[in-house]
Amino acid sequence: MKEIRWHGRGGQGAKTVSQVLAQINLREGKFVQAFPEFGPERSGAPVRAYNRIAEEEIRVHSAVYSPDIAVVVDESLLTAERPVEGLHPDGTLIVNTSCSVDEIRRRTGFGGKIVVLDADRIGREAGTGFANIPMLGAVASVLGTAWNLVEEEVRRTMGERMPKDMLDKNVNALRAGYNAVKEVRGGR
Amino acid sequence: MAASLKGWRELPIGGVVPGGSARDLNKTGSWRAERPMWNDEKCIQCLLCWFHCPDSSIVTHDQKVTGVDYDHCKGCGLCAAVCPKDAIGMVPEREGTCAK
Amino acid sequence: MRKVMTGHKAVAEAMRQIEPDVVAVYPITPQSEIAEYYADYVHDGIVHTELVPVESEHSAMSACVGAAAAGARVMTATSSQGLALLVEVLYIAAGLRLPIVMALANRALSAPINIHCDHSDAYLARDAGAFQIFCESAQEAYDYTLIAQRIAEHDMVRLPGIVNLDGFSLTHTSQVVEPLDDAVAKKFVGAFKAVHPLLDVKKPVTWGPFAMPDYYFELKRAQAAAMEEVPAAFLSVQKAFAKTSGRAYAGFVEKYRLDDADRALVVLGSTAGTAKVAVDALREKGEKVGLLKVWLYRPFPYCEVASALEKVKHVGVLDRAISFGAMGALYSDVATSLRRSQSRPALHNYIYGLGGRDITVEQLAEVLEGLGKVRPDEGLRYIGLRE
Repeated sequence: MKEIRWHGRGGQGAKTVSQVLAQINLREGKFVQAFPEFGPERSGAPVRAYNRIAEEEIRVHSAVYSPDIAVVVDESLLTAERPVEGLHPDGTLIVNTSCSVDEIRRRTGFGGKIVVLDADRIGREAGTGFANIPMLGAVASVLGTAWNLVEEEVRRTMGERMPKDMLDKNVNALRAGYNAVKEVRGGR
Repeated sequence: MAASLKGWRELPIGGVVPGGSARDLNKTGSWRAERPMWNDEKCIQCLLCWFHCPDSSIVTHDQKVTGVDYDHCKGCGLCAAVCPKDAIGMVPEREGTCAK
Repeated sequence: MRKVMTGHKAVAEAMRQIEPDVVAVYPITPQSEIAEYYADYVHDGIVHTELVPVESEHSAMSACVGAAAAGARVMTATSSQGLALLVEVLYIAAGLRLPIVMALANRALSAPINIHCDHSDAYLARDAGAFQIFCESAQEAYDYTLIAQRIAEHDMVRLPGIVNLDGFSLTHTSQVVEPLDDAVAKKFVGAFKAVHPLLDVKKPVTWGPFAMPDYYFELKRAQAAAMEEVPAAFLSVQKAFAKTSGRAYAGFVEKYRLDDADRALVVLGSTAGTAKVAVDALREKGEKVGLLKVWLYRPFPYCEVASALEKVKHVGVLDRAISFGAMGALYSDVATSLRRSQSRPALHNYIYGLGGRDITVEQLAEVLEGLGKVRPDEGLRYIGLRE
């Protein structure tokens, strides 16, 4: 079983993409869970969301304390929210930042795998303005999920809520996030 | 973190909270994505920001603005929006961006 | 001085002597006359109480909570559907540790609509966090209203309390009651001491704050601890009252001819009186029968019930409400009490008196005589029900 912890701020869509990720993993034939940190909705406040992905039925209903992957959707949470707390030493830290892997390693003290991508810039350039979709692409890529499954599911779930041109922009942002991981991997 | 929370024997009767204590324990500044930066030189002391701030986070002394209470400011940006002299700017709450 | 008065009047008299700062109440049969008597006292200037004529029982308890948090001594009264509407706020009163004493004129819950006595309303409030006392007579209703006030306001307790009196058989029945003199009663109850009153503007406080998963549990544990203090407070206040009144109250339960009994009933409320007559009649015939009356229903006196029933071979527990899908509520408590008992009396559960169905000496005698002849734990049995 793989466990993921998302760190974002209320309104940034971390919870939304954690739910979409669960749908993507379901398409792969996995058993899934996706849940937010339950509490009052506060725009701008640090929030967490969680995913569990497994080959077998998931029966545990407790929170995630030792994730395999920690995703930082908002760089300002990198130290305050301690996203590496409990993160598996061989796990992966995925950060939305314009900083280098070395710089993030210095700031967090994390010794495992670190993936960086400037999801803010990707969102801006794609015309969506949101960092959550590129981060979803990056997480799916780290998980090794086939691109066609990711795109299909995002088009299906998000296509219901937005016009076609905006959906295309989101898919572009998603693809850029997905490919950003490949570039990072290639570079290390 | 759990170690700093009180045990049940230490709690006030009925959960009654002493006045003003929420301010000390709830540092809502952690919610902030953008930080208001106040510019003393541009400020004309109209106090519009002080009137509008929903979190009483514009700090004043002798009826003059002296700064921002970053422990409680949630970064809503209302102060910057109402300022007639652009004396308050909102900057991303980052440790320092890395130019590429 | 001995007087004839109804259960209503007995409770209203106790309230008059307590003279709370605020009474917020909404009328409902069979409680209404308590509110009406008290409204008269206020109108006639006999008491200096702020009477809040609210528009519902939910509002009644809400007004009580507000007034109690403000720092006032507060009382109310209700019944049946009114309790059902009020119970949401009763949980809040308990969670906020507000010592609000409430008379509950026990009446059946709808549907079908019915105004007569059973204990379904008291059982509904069972887990709300208020301590509960059941009364056998108008005298007890008077006495335990005074006693409940002091328990509720006890430093270690500070919880709401319910004084149960059976609708009609107690509320509307004129009986002999011997109230204390006003001065004696007022001295017994004593002055009210507010804790963290909202109106103390020099020490501002927040009442009713939000508690996340990190603190809710601890606050509820602290509330449970307050309930654990009720038995000690009950005994000390009851003892003080016995001394003041000369009445022989002692303990959470009343043991009636139990010492050598091999068969016994366990009951709540006015049926205890009827059952005593049945016990006496069978004792006349040489039958070793007895009765256990439970005064303090919440917190439940498990140890005292177990020791009282130690030597009894067959116990019939009488519940005046159905806990649908389960054995009776009182039966379950008695069964829990006996879980570690060496003697393990055989237990029988009887449902009786729903919606004011009368319960007679003969019926109770028949149940007592039958104990030991019927097989125990055969599920619920019903008294006075047509098949």
